[in-house]
Amino acid sequence: MKKRQASPLGRIFMILVYLFLYAPIFVLIVFSFNSSKSRSVWTGFTFKWYTELFQDSSILSSLGTTLLVSVLSALIATLVGTIAAVGFFNMKKRWSTPLLSVNNIPVMNADIVTGVSLCLAFVAAGSFLKFKLGFGTLLIAHITFNIPYVILSVMPKLQQMDKHLVDAAQDLGCTWSQAFVKVIMPEIMPGIVNGAIIAFTMSVDDFVISYFTAGSKVQTLAMNIYSMTRKRISPKINAVSTLLFLVVMILLIIVNIRESRQNAEAERKKLKAASEP
Amino acid sequence: MKPKYFAIPYVGWMALFIVIPLVLIVVYAFSNASGGFTLDNFSNMLTYSGVFGRSFWLAFLATVICILIGYPVAYAIAQEPAHRQRTLMLLIMLPMWMNFLLRTYAWMSLLENTGLINKLLGLIGLPAAHMINTPGAVVLGMVYNFLPFMILPINSVIVKIDKNLLEAAQDLGANKVEIFRRVIFPLSLPGVLSGITMVFVPSVSTFVISKLLGGGTDLLLGDLIEMQFLGTAYNPHLGSAISLVMMIIVMIAMYLMNKFGSGEETAVMM
Amino acid sequence: MPKELIRLQNCTMAFDGDVVLDNVNIHFNDKEFLTLLGPSGCGKTTMLRIIGGFLKPTSGDVIFDGERINDVPPNKRTVNTVFQKYALFPNMDVFENVAFGLRIAKVPKDEIKQRVMEMLEVVSLKGFEHRDVTSLSGGQQQRVAIARALVNRPKVLLLDEPLGALDMRLRKDMQIELKRIQQALDITFIYVTHDQEEALAMSDIVVVMNHGVIQQIGTPEKIYNEPKNAFVADFIGESNILDGVMIEDGLVEFFGRRFQCLDGGFAPNEPVDVVIRPEDVDIVPPEEGMLRGVVTNLTFKGVHYDTFVDFKGFKWLIQTTDYCPVGSRIGIKIDPDGIHIMKKSEYSGMFGDYSSYSEEYDELGDVNAEILEELEAPEA
Repeated sequence: MKKRQASPLGRIFMILVYLFLYAPIFVLIVFSFNSSKSRSVWTGFTFKWYTELFQDSSILSSLGTTLLVSVLSALIATLVGTIAAVGFFNMKKRWSTPLLSVNNIPVMNADIVTGVSLCLAFVAAGSFLKFKLGFGTLLIAHITFNIPYVILSVMPKLQQMDKHLVDAAQDLGCTWSQAFVKVIMPEIMPGIVNGAIIAFTMSVDDFVISYFTAGSKVQTLAMNIYSMTRKRISPKINAVSTLLFLVVMILLIIVNIRESRQNAEAERKKLKAASEP
Repeated sequence: MKPKYFAIPYVGWMALFIVIPLVLIVVYAFSNASGGFTLDNFSNMLTYSGVFGRSFWLAFLATVICILIGYPVAYAIAQEPAHRQRTLMLLIMLPMWMNFLLRTYAWMSLLENTGLINKLLGLIGLPAAHMINTPGAVVLGMVYNFLPFMILPINSVIVKIDKNLLEAAQDLGANKVEIFRRVIFPLSLPGVLSGITMVFVPSVSTFVISKLLGGGTDLLLGDLIEMQFLGTAYNPHLGSAISLVMMIIVMIAMYLMNKFGSGEETAVMM
Repeated sequence: MPKELIRLQNCTMAFDGDVVLDNVNIHFNDKEFLTLLGPSGCGKTTMLRIIGGFLKPTSGDVIFDGERINDVPPNKRTVNTVFQKYALFPNMDVFENVAFGLRIAKVPKDEIKQRVMEMLEVVSLKGFEHRDVTSLSGGQQQRVAIARALVNRPKVLLLDEPLGALDMRLRKDMQIELKRIQQALDITFIYVTHDQEEALAMSDIVVVMNHGVIQQIGTPEKIYNEPKNAFVADFIGESNILDGVMIEDGLVEFFGRRFQCLDGGFAPNEPVDVVIRPEDVDIVPPEEGMLRGVVTNLTFKGVHYDTFVDFKGFKWLIQTTDYCPVGSRIGIKIDPDGIHIMKKSEYSGMFGDYSSYSEEYDELGDVNAEILEELEAPEA
């Protein structure tokens, strides 16, 4: 059998695309250490933008907001989404199919439409119930666009599960809730964890929906960066980018090592099973 | 409590925060500031037909370029050994995890008149090019930001194609080109279709890219909507009408494409 | 006199108006090996799930040991199930799978260990306790599933086509094994299958079902030798089924000839279905035969030949060790105990004619059965 790999032409093309994807980020990172404010002329190495960054209270507080809203919304969305997925799974198709397509709307719709529609709803409700756009509305918006991702990653795990497992657990004396904890949960756990990670990163990454639902008092990091790019150019943005890039890279590497360990484990088991008489 | 009732809280949530907000868009689109029914919002939109045209045209260009770049890359990655594929796809997705404002900002500093690209052009004796604040820069921004969304679904569909099919095709006398044209490509169409959706929708509705790379002079639909809600031209009724029309056009386009796409697929299968 | 354990009384089950069990009345005795047999979609799995407590009948009662248990959930029933594809918990090893029910019941740790090990020995899986269930072969998984159910000492073990996923050899071994376990533990087994051979080989009592209706209940011998109607006759083994007229007790007419038989109790000249098993027909020289026909087709089956013989346009299947080449004229002889008389039923004329028989029909039948199986599994 011939060795699997792309043709030389394919490889060259691949390399060019990776260059295209990474060159701008690389430049961004390099210039975060540039001693002058110039974004094209190298004038010397410095850490000063990083120290300035950590003294900038507006950036720090917006970073805090982003982390808080991301963690809270990811947790709530994971909880609500998992429970809802189990509910949808146990419903008749006739009911779950239309409900799941409503669930898909925030995923399919343009962010800006989701953002402005929530903005309209919050403003309308606010004029009745006397509240203003702020952290609360921001959190609700994030939960709303996060839950669909949790459901979309939990549902397939439920569907892959042997549907007799719950029957078997009940047959052996479990109540439904015991069966849920002892049998369903371990089976769908990878989906739940995955959903939580996706929800968290969607929240951190979001700008458009936050922009329309956070009001004027609360700012997420993305909103802060946006206003910075609109007002003045500062290498502090480069410093933020570098840090974010590092954090994301480390997170991804950790997740990936975990996954490939699990894969290797599964592979070993398969081999062991195959070697049985 | 029966498990089928578990979804009830979330169904309530969906009603409150997905359905009602969308209904409000429709209500606002068909009413004026005093609350009466009107179609003026739609007739006023005619002044902005240029914006509609430009948005859809630029998003279309970006989508086509994404297919032209994304498909070969997705295909080439699928030819690599499995363990390397994982890493390669991870590298495609990695920039996506960085905030897209920052990704766009990165291009802003590259494309500036005094930016790095023009500096490099100067070094090799070429005249500086005006790149920032042009439609080309906007399309570039769209392609850069959304290309991974094209590569990912195409790659995952190609990887899943049953290798036996390729051997069967070979066995039946097809050469490499024919196998690609008659088996791989038709089977990968669903991936291309979802890639198109994932690139086109955010492209047509963006306002960040056009503001940062387009200079905010040539308005796009996203800019227009944003202006009606948070900007100077505050008019949520007009903004809702524009959102509604944009949503409907996108929906029709997706519907037609899926219909055409799946029709194509079955035709090839037969 | 065996003791009655379970009774289904006027049980009807309908899914969205689709009747799967139609007013079924049946009882199950203690310590019996009873098999529910029928084609896919006949309602046998539904009946099992009603006994297990996973379904509630639309109407009618489920009585267990004299008590109505319609509303008792599965976890409160002294009944355990071996599921079709075993349904082993993939996140637990063999020991934990088997110990599951005992842990739920809060049995003391020492006792759990002792009972699990005992049970693993019964199913010949000693030494496998810390193996991952996903690393086991089909037959081993099967044994874990049986041990997991039996360790709880149920009064009844329900088995839902447990051998369906195994290959031929393993199936045969497991059939003997299951029968041995049932006799050793001395409890009731209710076994669901669509494989008639399996049903005949293992059961004390066979219940033949079709379209949600019980067709016949009886010992394997009785079901085979005295099928109640054309459906049962055709489903259990091969049968030639002919139109006949019962002249009087012990005398039946078909193909214009009168034959001696052992059945009686019909009205004079009552139209009946006549069943003749392919192995009950003796081939004799044409001049000595009660009937004469021409061999049209021949298949070698190892032990015997499947010989198709045309009698006046009606084709019979005859299983014989004699070789009769295609085209030869033969005569046949049937002893009186080889002729079984059945009352006319809704199935008359639907089965037992090999005129259009070909190997392909068999395969088509299998495909249909699979499709039906998909349809059968209703959403609970």
